[in-house]
Amino acid sequence: MKIYKNTGNIDTRSGFGAGLAELGKSNPDVVALCADLTGSLKMDEFKNNHPDRFFQIGIAEANMIGIAAGMTIGGKIPFTGTFANFSTGRVYDQIRQSVAYSGKNVKICASHAGLTLGEDGATHQILEDLGLMKMLPGMTVINTCDYNQTKAATIAIAEHDGPVYLRFGRPKVANFTPEDQTFKIGKAVTLTEGNDVTIIATGHLVWEALEAAKELDEKGISAEVVNIHTIKPLDETAILKSVRKTKCVVTAEEHNMLGGLGESVARTLALHHPAPQEFVATEDTFGESGEPIMLLDKYGLNAKAISEKAEAVILRKE
Amino acid sequence: MSTTQHLQDFVTQVRRDILRQVHQVNSGHPGGSLGCAEFFSILYQEVMEYSSDFDMDGKNEDLFFLSNGHISPVFYSVLSRSGFFPVEELKTFRKIDSRLQGHPTTHEGLPGVRIASGSLGQGMSVAIGAALTKKMNKDSHLIYSLHGDGELQEGQNWEAILYAGSKGVDNLIATIDYNKKQIDGATDDVLPLGDLKKKFEAFDWKVLELKEGNDIEAIKNTLAAAKSLTGKKQPVVILMETEMGNGVDFMMGTHAWHGKAPNDEQLETALAQNPETLGDY
Repeated sequence: MKIYKNTGNIDTRSGFGAGLAELGKSNPDVVALCADLTGSLKMDEFKNNHPDRFFQIGIAEANMIGIAAGMTIGGKIPFTGTFANFSTGRVYDQIRQSVAYSGKNVKICASHAGLTLGEDGATHQILEDLGLMKMLPGMTVINTCDYNQTKAATIAIAEHDGPVYLRFGRPKVANFTPEDQTFKIGKAVTLTEGNDVTIIATGHLVWEALEAAKELDEKGISAEVVNIHTIKPLDETAILKSVRKTKCVVTAEEHNMLGGLGESVARTLALHHPAPQEFVATEDTFGESGEPIMLLDKYGLNAKAISEKAEAVILRKE
Repeated sequence: MSTTQHLQDFVTQVRRDILRQVHQVNSGHPGGSLGCAEFFSILYQEVMEYSSDFDMDGKNEDLFFLSNGHISPVFYSVLSRSGFFPVEELKTFRKIDSRLQGHPTTHEGLPGVRIASGSLGQGMSVAIGAALTKKMNKDSHLIYSLHGDGELQEGQNWEAILYAGSKGVDNLIATIDYNKKQIDGATDDVLPLGDLKKKFEAFDWKVLELKEGNDIEAIKNTLAAAKSLTGKKQPVVILMETEMGNGVDFMMGTHAWHGKAPNDEQLETALAQNPETLGDY
């Protein structure tokens, strides 16, 4: 199987910061708004280089979303930055009415998503945001897996006309996708080819899926790992092509199993090609404080959990 | 014809449009709409510089945002009679397949509307965003917005009011429809707003009090005064005291017509008090 090299652990939020800094130079219409988390979102470089296009809104996320919606009128492309919880649940109605229903070209950029925010605990660890965002008509939903992909996605969404939710995280994780990649919204990336099981993963769990594929390979099980960075619109063609071959699937995400990627995949399969599926996701629960790696282990969101579910789902094949 | 006579005729026709729209579908919000008929008419007939050849970006135009979207009947009437879309289209208000949704939206592509509103409290932030873009674009035109007084109970407004005052968003003229009524009754009974003038001043806004919010000359003078206060490092707010249901005797002095349509007989009475001026749709 194809082996991916980790070029060094780095946080996905830094990929966002780097992408935003590049947009600062390349696209004069891009503006950035932050709700008192400039450092956490790695927006400092953009802020320092383009103070006239950076807006410190203060701890007022609802106002930030509304201002961003208004800024699009006259041609600006606003990127809002705060934690995922405060980017979604806190401001759902503002996004729903002023951004999504109004069809505004706002990029909602959300860091510290999921359990891997770590020690701050459940008040800050949103596990429902993908579901909230994918239910909004017209909203594009992206969850990137590493630094390089997050940087590429940040640059790509500026070219997309319409509202986007871009989700990334806090911890330093493996960086393994190409530095020079072109990010195509809605296009899955098949990382390894295999015949026995499809592993469809998003965000931080893509690297875990690759680690699981290595473990499975040592047991003689051939896993196809598909990186779904765009939850909506979902690349149904790629999913169906893989599952038609392997005849079973494990989905993996740092999110509640209700409302996440797994459910989107299940719907696709139910409509077009029913097949056994296992879910690596949190089981309708809140998170808690702790070290990210320990939380992922406790809540069953790592390579070990993925390989176990892969072996289980293979047994369910007819 | 004097401009005042033209405006009076325009306002009377707008009142008829409001009443006929809500009557036809037995739903909608006539009270606040009637209370703001003069304000909308003056804004679109005399004050704002705009092109009725609608462009969403609205560069080099004054822009208006309606935050209390439930008074859509007055907005639709004035937009149509200002050339944004055919007056005939008022017939479709709140009906299936219409661009004239219960609350205004960009979703169906109705010219003149730049943001959806209805869920309250969001328009101030949007207006600030548009004002900031005007500044970035070096566009000296102004942003106007309208908000219900009861709507100020929504917390997002105070985030926005703090921001605009603290950051000196001085190309924004917000108007509060200060009719002191909301669905459940008087604002003083539901959740008193206290001294709004002092509150806005405490947030570093310039405050203009308009006691005669249904008087054409008074509104014109206040909007002119507001415009002269822009560009001075402070946002401007007009506390516009209006009469809910203005122009229809049995709808005035009560909150009962906030969200209730007149029946056939009531419509006839109301229209008789506002004879046709510019032609019904």
